Amino acid sequence: MMRVSISGLNKLFENRIRLGIMSVLMVNDSYDFNNLKETLRVTDGNLASHLKALEENDLIKVNKQFIGRKPNTSYSVTETGARLFRSHLKALEDIIKAQ
Amino acid sequence: MIRSFYLFISFYVSNFVFQSTFKLFYMDSKSSYFEDLKIIKKVMEESSRFLSLSGLSGLFAGLIALAGATVAGLLIMKPGILLTDEYFTGLSAGSSGMQRGLLIIDAMLVLVAALGISVYLSYRRALRQGLKIWTPVSKRLLVNLLIPLATGAIFIIILYVQHQWHLIIPAMLIFYGLSLVSAGKFTYSEVFYFGLSEILTGLLCAVFPVYGFFFWCVGFGFLHIAYGLFMYRKYE
Repeated sequence: MMRVSISGLNKLFENRIRLGIMSVLMVNDSYDFNNLKETLRVTDGNLASHLKALEENDLIKVNKQFIGRKPNTSYSVTETGARLFRSHLKALEDIIKAQ
Repeated sequence: MIRSFYLFISFYVSNFVFQSTFKLFYMDSKSSYFEDLKIIKKVMEESSRFLSLSGLSGLFAGLIALAGATVAGLLIMKPGILLTDEYFTGLSAGSSGMQRGLLIIDAMLVLVAALGISVYLSYRRALRQGLKIWTPVSKRLLVNLLIPLATGAIFIIILYVQHQWHLIIPAMLIFYGLSLVSAGKFTYSEVFYFGLSEILTGLLCAVFPVYGFFFWCVGFGFLHIAYGLFMYRKYE
């Protein structure tokens, strides 16, 4: 079950790698695994586990296809993911502004 | 009385303790929220815009263009005849196939040199920034740049074949401007406005085709230099 705090902050986005994944997918229609790895400068295993967490919570969707003979996995943000990320972002901005 | 005083003190102390720990906690988490926001902004920018485009390459492109124009104006075309209309009339008379060929070679050299130096300088800048040059966003940038640019190139060949000389320079400027406008969404937003000014120069040139040579120097020479210096000072 997803935990959403009243202020709009989302526990799932507390991790910097998940935050990075969501940031990439918010501004790109889709992004594949290898390019995500390079953009965020993380290891395979690390990235895979965070992608899995986001996928299980229905924040991102996975699209597997073949480019030539090579399998290619790309990710894109779901409507729920986009909505939650936007409110997380707004909550962050509100907290900073509140100073 | 003493009891109420004690209560007051304990309330005051606990409140103070509460406030200061809260403050500490709050400030601590606040600075990490601030970090979070910075990361979001950085990742969004890096993954949606190609930020290694070198400002210096604009400067060099402009200088190369002016050098090419000098060669064209002084060595290839009859010196003194810079009103392109007269010049084109001469060209279309068919007596100057050699000149036409030299002009095309000159233009191609300018294009290759300017492109080569831009790619090289951007590659070097990407290395220095620790970024990759061949990314999904640089591919998108290239596609969006090349579609209007290739359309323009084909259109200019058509103009050439149909002897519409006076429209060649305006078409160069307009299609180059359009390709910058279309590529501007995937790199620094200044590229978009740079593209608009090229389009404007091209349209003016179409109204006054007699001054095509000067408009070409303004559009590909001076505008590039101004843009390049501006970008270099702002971002590098």
